[in-house]
Amino acid sequence: MPPAGINPALLAIIMGMVFGGLLVFSKVTRGGCLTEQLRFRDFTVLKVMLTAILVGGIGVWVLVHTGHAKYAVKEANMAGVALGAVIFGAGISLYGYCPGTGIAAAATGSISAWVGLFGMMGGAIAYALSFDAVKKHILTIAALGKVRLPEMTGIPDLVFFALLGVGAVALFRWIEKTERRTAEIKS
Amino acid sequence: MTAETAGIPGQSLISGRYTPYLAGAGIGILSWIAFGVAKDPLGVTTAYARTASLFAIPVLGKGAVAANSYWKQKPFALDYGVLFLVGMFLGAFLVALLTRGLKVETVSEAWKQRFGASAGVRMCAAFFGGAMVMYGARMAGGCTSGHGISGTMQMALSSWVFLIVMFAAGALTSGLLFSGGKGK
Repeated sequence: MPPAGINPALLAIIMGMVFGGLLVFSKVTRGGCLTEQLRFRDFTVLKVMLTAILVGGIGVWVLVHTGHAKYAVKEANMAGVALGAVIFGAGISLYGYCPGTGIAAAATGSISAWVGLFGMMGGAIAYALSFDAVKKHILTIAALGKVRLPEMTGIPDLVFFALLGVGAVALFRWIEKTERRTAEIKS
Repeated sequence: MTAETAGIPGQSLISGRYTPYLAGAGIGILSWIAFGVAKDPLGVTTAYARTASLFAIPVLGKGAVAANSYWKQKPFALDYGVLFLVGMFLGAFLVALLTRGLKVETVSEAWKQRFGASAGVRMCAAFFGGAMVMYGARMAGGCTSGHGISGTMQMALSSWVFLIVMFAAGALTSGLLFSGGKGK
């Protein structure tokens, strides 16, 4: 809950508006953008995500270490996470959107994004109906709890961010170079 | 980097080369507010799961939905997540309107080149793809936002595993799905 004096409903709507707006501004809501990323033909999705992880992560680390925020780590039920990720990965390949870009793309006029929203309702209903079985048989396998890599490995947070930062910058430079070369060949 | 290939910064901003990085940084800064002020990391699929209970009522009946163990944990409410989702729709619409990005599109170019222009085929794939997306996200406990951005920035084990496996599975499926083509 946000501190007193801030209307939580208004805060939620404004933050959602900024997030949805940024997704459209970044062009990841264009039809085929995610598909082209998964085929390694367009790297917009990776650029957006890696920049967000780096900028967000360093800021959140500062907030947590100065006592202004708490981590909210998700359970590492490894079988559930891995199997869920496989189904999710195959799903975004078919749909062409993820849950966030799906609703944003629907707002820009994509009919397939709208149809997928209803598909997602179906998927959520199917999950709710199978929840007891999934919880019993899958979510209990290799359930490691709410673990973070720094605590697991003993390597400090900032080392992870430094490595990620160096890797991301090298990757971005290579992507930009390749994209410029492709653009030159085309023109 | 030569001056010619680097281009004029202002021009590049307009031409859009840096927009993915700017948008990414914006999402990162929004995360600071999410953690520091709203006390709830960015994420979207829990809100979908809550909303799905409304769609389930005419199909399963009110009693069955109320008795369901998952929806007991996550009942429908106009909570932070659901309002955030409503905001996303509004914000996306607004930016598309202002940038002249509103466009009714049934089949994207990438899809057309591989599977042809049939809207029926595209809509079936979108529906079943969407269903898989949500089923997988709920099993894993998050999606591209909740795990892929909010979780990875906390260096959570679960989220990095999700992001890497999701990308690998998506790339593999897309590789199989989009090899060959009807167009061209």
